[in-house]
Amino acid sequence: MGEPIFKCAAGMGEPVTGVALSADDDFSARYDLDRIRGVFSRPAHKLYGQSYVGKILVLNTAKGGVATAWMLLDMVSRGLAPAALILNSANPIMVQGAAFASLPLMHEFEVDIPSQIATGDLVKVDPISRHLIKTVC
Amino acid sequence: MTSDVKLTSFEKEMLDGRHGYPRQWAMEQQLKVAQFFGAEDFVRVTQAHIMCDTESLGEAGILHVEKLAGSREEHRNVVIPAITDPRGIEFNHYRRFGQSEEFATREQRVIDALQTMGVLMTDTCINYQTVAPPVFGEHLAFGDTGSVIYANSVFGARSNFEGGPAALSAALTGCVPRYGYHLEQYRQATHHYRIDVRPRTLSDWGALGAVIGQKVGSYWNTPWISGIDGSPTSDELKHFGAAMASYGSVPLFHIEGVTPEALNSDKLANQIKESPVNITRSDIEQMYAKVDRSVKVDVVVFAAPQVSLFEVQDIVKILNGRLVNGSTELLIATSPEIKTACDRFGLTAQLEQCGATVLSGVCFYQMYARELGQLNDWKTLVSNSAKLVNIIAGYGYEPKLATMQQCIDAAVDGVL
Repeated sequence: MGEPIFKCAAGMGEPVTGVALSADDDFSARYDLDRIRGVFSRPAHKLYGQSYVGKILVLNTAKGGVATAWMLLDMVSRGLAPAALILNSANPIMVQGAAFASLPLMHEFEVDIPSQIATGDLVKVDPISRHLIKTVC
Repeated sequence: MTSDVKLTSFEKEMLDGRHGYPRQWAMEQQLKVAQFFGAEDFVRVTQAHIMCDTESLGEAGILHVEKLAGSREEHRNVVIPAITDPRGIEFNHYRRFGQSEEFATREQRVIDALQTMGVLMTDTCINYQTVAPPVFGEHLAFGDTGSVIYANSVFGARSNFEGGPAALSAALTGCVPRYGYHLEQYRQATHHYRIDVRPRTLSDWGALGAVIGQKVGSYWNTPWISGIDGSPTSDELKHFGAAMASYGSVPLFHIEGVTPEALNSDKLANQIKESPVNITRSDIEQMYAKVDRSVKVDVVVFAAPQVSLFEVQDIVKILNGRLVNGSTELLIATSPEIKTACDRFGLTAQLEQCGATVLSGVCFYQMYARELGQLNDWKTLVSNSAKLVNIIAGYGYEPKLATMQQCIDAAVDGVL
């Protein structure tokens, strides 16, 4: 059996490979993160306490708030950003922020993507071909 | 989905850099977003509303804005009225809160850069109440989720959520990609919520918005709400929309018989494939704090959205000359225009005599809230804003939703 490949409707940014941090939860840089320490800081979030730095972040959708559009560049510039954002559904803020920060982003998969990618999985993200590949070790 | 985006000759010139670096950068950003969402072309907008608090921008964002502002005048000037969301620093109070000069300097750098570009520093998220209410069908680039949902829903204007870089881009190009809520097909109701109880307070309206926002759960879904008896007030819809946008990333709602795109119930009912969902009093009540009389309250906040003149007057009436507890802070954040009106009507003086603080041009969660809490030992925060309660837990607070009356009593007693 080959490596599972997941196709999405839209992507931006350059290909990247990394370790996934995944949950069936939503995302906002303002609401959910301690961007100074690089960890999820919202107690109610399923990734509470975990470091997102350098991870392929796999989540459901965006929460309210426009701040993420600025915050992603700040996080990238300080070396405290995820390596890519993988969402079931992105809102415009995530897309504007990813464009501004040159952060890879993909959304609208044929499947519920957080249920297919587990934390710790090694994944290849290719926004250009719009494929996400789960590497089987 | 990607696609070819049709550009006018002027948009092509901006993209090619013939009108300077700021407009070229702006078009490049907008084109990436347009391609991502499959926009066919761009639409002219009449206003841009820019979120630019420096906690969000960080040094990288500040340097970027300063770079844009350093361009030649004909290249850097905005081409449509461009206004701003709340700042990150209250210049009259930051020293009392223990915030350093570094924070203030950072904030001033952004103000200087944006003003150099012709941006009007309105510092408000209630621009639809205080600056220029939108008109039905008007295309906008609004940059606060609360202002977007209000403009779309109550006025029937057309805006997507435009984050700071995107709204600044719109101010420089005068246009935005035509996708999402600029298109009629995205404005149709997708889910029906039947309300069997009328919210009684502003916090009830926020709680109702939060409940619906959680259930809708996507930027691309639009709720239709029926069962609201009589027209809500502007402040009620403000709290309702802001909470819905916060909890669900929702940019548009329709209320039967109230909002302009919900006047034809039969048409709306026909749009919706899902079965109606009933919302009851108990759904609203579960959003409130489970009150424990022994809970010490560190800070009571009226903000998110900034309060209106009427809300300030209500706070003064409920406070009724009582003194704020010595171990609790009572903060009220509003726009510079409303603050001036409060000064003029003596409301600020009455609040200050009671020990409350009226903040101008800021909103609590945008004021470096994490550092603010650490510097002042603020942990337990009480507010009548469902939106603020939703946001602030990630900044290290233990927030509790309460009515305006309960909030003010908590500020006086020091406990909730």
